[in-house]
Amino acid sequence: MRNWRRILTPYLFISPFFLGYAIFFLYPMLSALYLSFFKQVGIGTAPRFVGIDNYANMLSDQLFQRSLVNTTYYAAGSIFIIVPAALILALVLTRRNLFFREGFRVLYFSPNITAGIVVAIIFGLVFDEKYGLLNNYILAPLNIPPIRWLNEPNWIMPAIIILGLWRYVGINALYFMTGLQNIPDEIKEAARIDGANSWQLFRFVLVPLLRPILIFVLTFAIIGSYNLFTEPTILVGVDGGVRNAGLFMTMYLYLTGFRFLDFGYAAAIGWAMAIIILALTTLQLLAMRVFQED
Amino acid sequence: MTTREFAYSRRRSPWTRWLRSGFVYTFLLIVALLVGIPFIYMVTGSFKLNAEIYRYPVTILPQAPTLENYARLLSGKEIPYLRQFGNSLFVATTQTLLTLSVSALVGWGFAKYEFRGKRILFFFVLLTLMLPFQMTLIPLFLMMVRIGWLDNYLAILLPGAISAFGVFFMRQSMLAIPNELIDAARIDGANDFRIFWQIGLPLVRGALAVLAVLVYLGAWNDYLWPVIVLRTPTQFTYPIGLATLVGLYKVEYGMILAGAFIATLPILIIFIAGRNLLLNNLTIGAIKG
Repeated sequence: MRNWRRILTPYLFISPFFLGYAIFFLYPMLSALYLSFFKQVGIGTAPRFVGIDNYANMLSDQLFQRSLVNTTYYAAGSIFIIVPAALILALVLTRRNLFFREGFRVLYFSPNITAGIVVAIIFGLVFDEKYGLLNNYILAPLNIPPIRWLNEPNWIMPAIIILGLWRYVGINALYFMTGLQNIPDEIKEAARIDGANSWQLFRFVLVPLLRPILIFVLTFAIIGSYNLFTEPTILVGVDGGVRNAGLFMTMYLYLTGFRFLDFGYAAAIGWAMAIIILALTTLQLLAMRVFQED
Repeated sequence: MTTREFAYSRRRSPWTRWLRSGFVYTFLLIVALLVGIPFIYMVTGSFKLNAEIYRYPVTILPQAPTLENYARLLSGKEIPYLRQFGNSLFVATTQTLLTLSVSALVGWGFAKYEFRGKRILFFFVLLTLMLPFQMTLIPLFLMMVRIGWLDNYLAILLPGAISAFGVFFMRQSMLAIPNELIDAARIDGANDFRIFWQIGLPLVRGALAVLAVLVYLGAWNDYLWPVIVLRTPTQFTYPIGLATLVGLYKVEYGMILAGAFIATLPILIIFIAGRNLLLNNLTIGAIKG
């Protein structure tokens, strides 16, 4: 009797998660896989087996491809603009004897905890063609003619990346700061004494030691791109605005499922997204390993 | 200032050092302005009449401050905003309690017990961190339709209680609790739940507080799933309410900004109160993970 109790106790502790996990995650996940091989439009209609048609459909579906390209565009923006900007900010913020370090850190982090809907509402005014802050306060003094940020297909993605930069640079800088602060001063000093200049110190000492943080930040930058929904939806509409130039994958999934009520296809898109995310994060981990060995 | 530090700085002339720190502070201030001005513009804009927001030259401060946006928004003529704000408070608070309970219990199970299948089960938790919620969106919606939970907050709260991140976060913090403490309590005759409740939980208060802030913020700001399962305006959480305002009254931007500002106040209070706790502990997952 006592023995049984001892064996069962840990399972009792973890059971709430796995009970919920089975009902609200595992079952829907498998159910989505099943549904993705059927055509079901609307609630209460009979699903019809269509094999891999839903997946094959993606290859010729212009809107799906648009959303894939846009999401990748934003992910590239995250990796090549937002993450490096955050690293630079973190390097500056971890300088010795910096005044107001806490103040800057708190301020830079604040956009991250602001609701997506609020951020989108604010940026509706930032990007306004005639009365927006960006055109009037930054571009006009530089003598750059106003840009039609949200009405010109080629400018919608850069606009959303600017919004992402504003929103996410602070939290990524915070991650890098923690990483930088964990590097012992002795290591940096040893490199200095060996004659390393600032760039060499950065490239050959700091970057390799920041690798775990870099992996974490890049992984979440990629996942975050695929999760982006609220901001572009409010800024340009759930269809992505002019010529769907701001359509992200989650928005397309929403459109397919809840506007077109094409549940089978929407479920297939969800699975496609999961596969893409897993593939990208694995690739990214492999790439980081390769760089480590150079 | 240590002697070593002095040794490096000696290499540079005072002029270069002065120039460098001037450059650093200019850079930080410019970034601060770029981050801060959109917030300020939201607040000041909420006190402007619409005609003033859409007028040249664009100014940050209101020329003729007015409370009309707030009066109109809170009168409830356009949307039941106060009600929606209250709904959000309820959902976020309940969600925090629920998610914290589940995460703490399960985190304790993984941190302090050895059992068959532990590794594979924990692997499932980690895998969930990687998989997008979108994958489950359609079947989860169909499930809520079938059991009649549209417009019911349980449809948000129960799936939301299953947080792989929460479990992972609590486990990481609980690993540090010395096993000797637990063994001593067991010898004294305490049962497993009491050990968790009276010894485990008090020792991870900090981590619980951080998780509470994170869950609260997440629930407060959530939009995608609530907009799918909530159908009547009186049941909406505030982000859906604001989104309907943007859709219907795009020209009434002052009123929309007023709503956005009110919705940001609770976050501001939580953030100001818990900023050090949050900023210093947020990276636990990143470091140990």
